[in-house]
Amino acid sequence: MKKFMKPFLLLLVSFFTIGRLAAQGAGSESAIGETMRSSGRIYVVVAVMLTILAGLVLYLIRLDRRISKLEKE
Amino acid sequence: MPWWLNFARLFMQPLPGQQMSNTKNYMYKSWWKVLSVVLLVYTFIAGILWKVPNLPALEETIRNLYFHVCMWFAMMILFTVSVINGIKYLRTFNIRYDIISRQYATTGILLGLLGYATGAIWMSYTWADPNNPAFQSFGALAREPKLIGTAIALLIYFAYLVLRDSIADMDKRARISAVYNIFAYAMLFPSIWIVPRLLPSLHPGQEGNPAMNFKDVDSSMRVVFYPAVIGWTLLGVWITTIKIRTGLLKEKKWQ
Repeated sequence: MKKFMKPFLLLLVSFFTIGRLAAQGAGSESAIGETMRSSGRIYVVVAVMLTILAGLVLYLIRLDRRISKLEKE
Repeated sequence: MPWWLNFARLFMQPLPGQQMSNTKNYMYKSWWKVLSVVLLVYTFIAGILWKVPNLPALEETIRNLYFHVCMWFAMMILFTVSVINGIKYLRTFNIRYDIISRQYATTGILLGLLGYATGAIWMSYTWADPNNPAFQSFGALAREPKLIGTAIALLIYFAYLVLRDSIADMDKRARISAVYNIFAYAMLFPSIWIVPRLLPSLHPGQEGNPAMNFKDVDSSMRVVFYPAVIGWTLLGVWITTIKIRTGLLKEKKWQ
């Protein structure tokens, strides 16, 4: 497991840096986008979406574990 | 083993001659599940927060590219895996491939339905004509060739499940459904790739492959879009492997 973490972190970091550079070049933004970000409310949406994703992933992990246990029997 | 070789093995199944040990298979590895979660978290954060190009009519809804379009990409990939395993079944008559083929098709249908539902929401806010009454507006939207084409494609896959589950004999069921799977996969191309492009449509991507064209999608969006496709596809594969493992266990129990 640990062996694989390094390339992932690299991948993740590279995504973020490339994305930042690209986003700066994008330029003009719609009025709605600006309001959403300036009021800070858009982070609430991100938090809700991430919570749902986390719930689904935890459920999947649990299913995975359970079936692994069954396979060992 | 280097990590990229492991990644390549994700798309491979053991050959019939090989011993199918339960520990070597991609289904029992966890690294790609971690990758899927990492990419999805990245998609959700970057997809909502980063700037997108300002487009007429679409405005901020272009962010749906990271969610709606990815469903179709993942569906297509899962259906491809399904048909490959169907062909493998016909070559080897190993019931294992039948189980794999069936589960990939089911998850593909699920993603297709999600793509359809999200598309319906998106279109009702961007395509609907505010000057027309709702009913007329709906009449125009219901004639969209893309909608009809995908509906036909999904119905053909529904028929795959109905056909499978109506045959009691296991070998007969596996054989007939593998052949039907090839037909269903072949029908995907005219119904969702070819015919909608020949007819006038509001859906983007009329003159090429939507979202695949480098000139179509801004570079700031591609940085999120491609990881999103990989992340969603891997999530679909994860769900499918859990179902496959359940099927294999059930199969073992009956013998």
